[in-house]
Amino acid sequence: MEDLSLHILDIAENSINAGATKIVIRIKEDSAADRLSLSVEDNGSGMNAETLMMVDNPFFTSKKGKRWGLGIPLLKQAACETGGDFNIRSEPGKGTVLQASFKRSHIDRKPLGDIGQTMLALISGHPEIHYVLFYEKDHYYYGFDTETLKEALEGVPVNLPSVLALVKESINSSVNKKDTPEKTSRKTIKNPQVKEDASR
Amino acid sequence: MPKLTIDDLKKIKEQYKATLTLREGGYRAKVTVHMGTCGIAAGARAVMNALVEDLAASGVKDVIVTTSGCAGFCSKEPMATVELLGSAPVKYCYLNEEKMKKIFREHIQGGKIVEEYALVMGSETSY
Repeated sequence: MEDLSLHILDIAENSINAGATKIVIRIKEDSAADRLSLSVEDNGSGMNAETLMMVDNPFFTSKKGKRWGLGIPLLKQAACETGGDFNIRSEPGKGTVLQASFKRSHIDRKPLGDIGQTMLALISGHPEIHYVLFYEKDHYYYGFDTETLKEALEGVPVNLPSVLALVKESINSSVNKKDTPEKTSRKTIKNPQVKEDASR
Repeated sequence: MPKLTIDDLKKIKEQYKATLTLREGGYRAKVTVHMGTCGIAAGARAVMNALVEDLAASGVKDVIVTTSGCAGFCSKEPMATVELLGSAPVKYCYLNEEKMKKIFREHIQGGKIVEEYALVMGSETSY
């Protein structure tokens, strides 16, 4: 996986397969604490204690006909490589909460990526599910809720391509608004040798 | 565009109502993008986004886009299944945005299978 938004999509697909009707995605960037944390919470079928113990094993899957399940191990690895934390809580019949946190400035911390594309893929694939997205960066807050959107649309399907394109654009302009100070600082680099490096 | 505004939604609503009479109720085509861990890692999300962008730009409204899990051909991802009403589904493999755009033009809109990207034709068994 190239970035965290792809991991989020992958984990949310697990929630969909668990029969969730509501999926809440939270992303929090805290520069003071040098932390990036994300969580995916669903009201799907949940897992019992035995399954939960096996879930970060790449050679475990609950699907028939498959011998591996890499989604969760890959995210756990991505978090742990940066000195972050990873945990899953689940209760059969109630749902699952997956949390991963990263050291934000760590060189191996994957970029957040395109959250708008992830939400587009989720809504397009399963428009009947209630998705909620919270994004927090220091003192900036952003929220997105498909139920509110559906109310405002008054019967126009939420998975209409023009609605999806608008939603993607809107989320990306809000989520990446205050992101990547690294990018702006890169532009102001005066050393020509470094500049040449960056243009490659 | 900074925020999703009421005006934007209003515009879409009006456009939708205007074209509603043109729709026959059902969908003419269904595209399933395989969105398992393998598909996502190989670039399925970009393929799906390209397709939705094409749909939005062309104004085609009788195509449904959905997702499925791993089909067991992880090495051939990203994959998508295109099913036109009344004909057998076609599975495409090793996709990228350009290939998806071509499939949209030629197969979904034109009704002609893009054989060079196709893997198999026939029904799908879900695991």
